[in-house]
Amino acid sequence: MRDSGELTSDMLRGKNIRLSAQDMEQAAPHYFQWSQDAEYQRLVEGDPFVPLSLKATKEVNERDWPEDDPCNIMFLIRANEDDRIIGFANLDYISWTHGDSYMGIGLGDKTCWGKGYGTEAMSLLLRYAFTELNLHRMSLTVFEYNERAIRMYQKCGFKVEGLNRDYHFRDGRRWDLVSMGILRDEWLELNGYTVS
Amino acid sequence: MINPIATPLFDGTFARLTPVDHEKDPEIVAGWTHNAEYVRMTSLQPLRPLTAAQVKKQFEQIDKDMDEGKRLFHYAIRAKDDGRLIGEARIEWVEWSNGTAFIKIGLPDPADRRKGIGADVLRLLLRFAFRELNLHHIEVVLPEYNVPALRFFEKHGFKIEVRRRQAVNRGGRRWDLISMAILRPEWEARHE
Amino acid sequence: MSDDPGIDLLRGKLIRLKAENPEGQSKLFVDWIHDSEYWRLMAYSPHFPWTQDGVKKHIEKELEKDDPRNVFFAIHKLDDDRIIGDIGLDGISYNHGNTYVGIGIGEREYWGKGYGTDAMNVILRYAFTELNLHRVSLTVFEYNPRGIRSYEKCGFRVEGHAREVMHREGRRWDIIHMGVLREDWQALNA
Repeated sequence: MRDSGELTSDMLRGKNIRLSAQDMEQAAPHYFQWSQDAEYQRLVEGDPFVPLSLKATKEVNERDWPEDDPCNIMFLIRANEDDRIIGFANLDYISWTHGDSYMGIGLGDKTCWGKGYGTEAMSLLLRYAFTELNLHRMSLTVFEYNERAIRMYQKCGFKVEGLNRDYHFRDGRRWDLVSMGILRDEWLELNGYTVS
Repeated sequence: MINPIATPLFDGTFARLTPVDHEKDPEIVAGWTHNAEYVRMTSLQPLRPLTAAQVKKQFEQIDKDMDEGKRLFHYAIRAKDDGRLIGEARIEWVEWSNGTAFIKIGLPDPADRRKGIGADVLRLLLRFAFRELNLHHIEVVLPEYNVPALRFFEKHGFKIEVRRRQAVNRGGRRWDLISMAILRPEWEARHE
Repeated sequence: MSDDPGIDLLRGKLIRLKAENPEGQSKLFVDWIHDSEYWRLMAYSPHFPWTQDGVKKHIEKELEKDDPRNVFFAIHKLDDDRIIGDIGLDGISYNHGNTYVGIGIGEREYWGKGYGTDAMNVILRYAFTELNLHRVSLTVFEYNPRGIRSYEKCGFRVEGHAREVMHREGRRWDIIHMGVLREDWQALNA
């Protein structure tokens, strides 16, 4: 059983990456760069790909992620070796009385793909959600064609809960939107906590 | 006889209590907000890392609260030898007519703990509370998993008064929330 | 045991909880506040002369803030809809699942008749089955035995004494801390 020793662990830091507050001054140039990358954008964003200017990038992010909104929490993902910003991780639409939230992850820095960094960031985010915020379940949506992400989420314990059929239309065909979810008890058990 | 009015209220043996510095401190304090161990030992608010700009805004709000309500006294703890920012301390929720307040002491770097700095700061805070603010009951609220802090305050004369059952949910289980307090006559007796 | 989600959640046996109304309530509140016994049973801070305008603006400001950490209700009698007091949850901490509750019955003729206990039970039901909190805390002053008995009837247990924290009428008094867990309350109301 996990005891108070767990409480002294560095919750926001993994082996290769860490989660930090979103410093918009530092993040904007990265967001801007990533917004020019069609492959990355089409994996994280359902809206049609439109590369933005640096100014617009800043404005859109400040508008969509206001700093004092109690229902969303935005983290930057940084590489431990040099603290550079490589992606984002967030909780959104947090519903406190029901204990449910959506989560999202994006690694804009492609040199970091395929190294397990996404899994690491997701694990940190889940531990934060389930043992610090004590939410009851996590939800996410992922595009049917994002097979790498779907595999990663399943590895972390997410289960497919439903499909919105033919939701997206890209590259000449329709794709489903996959809804996945994980419950607190499932995650606690998977990770060696005592479930009362 | 030394004139007691001349006692330097904010100079300890190892540390000083000073105002926060809005220019220099936010960067360091932002780092503290990323320190999960520190946050979970000293705060009930969920861990929420902040940027230096957000910390600066918090400092401005603290100034506003201190000025408007006159119920809050917020300090930076700096090392006496090199002036390095090593922690934060406050007396808050002062109820003047009843003579009560809550205190908080935080030393984020474990290397600064167990060196007498905490005891030094506590001594300064209590002396200020009892001899300048003329308060009667000083309280500290701690989650039951913060055993070092519980031991620390017990050593310095605080008594357990309230145990709020299962009031804290962290790390996958529930914990009690414990209130400890020292009364002015008890403090005076220890400082004769 | 679970409630039918369709029940009239804010209705008790004697009272109903409704939203606060700055226009309609400020006159009542200011009269209650000037009853010093009412104030001293309910408030820890020293009494001061709130005006009706001040009370109205205070309620309006709270409603505007729409802070998810607190929710306040006016207590209305079921038979004639008259407002007799107010009750609220403050300091709601969702990550821990706990909150503080505070109640005041302003109309003296309704003291000691079960109206406060009824209102408290309704708000506990709201806290435990709508906000899904785990525990509710309160503080009550040593010199308010009627309050202590009422809270015990609702399932609150004494969890400690803050010694000599109050200084009134030339002497010191303790403040008593009480708490009720969801499982305690559910067992009482099975």
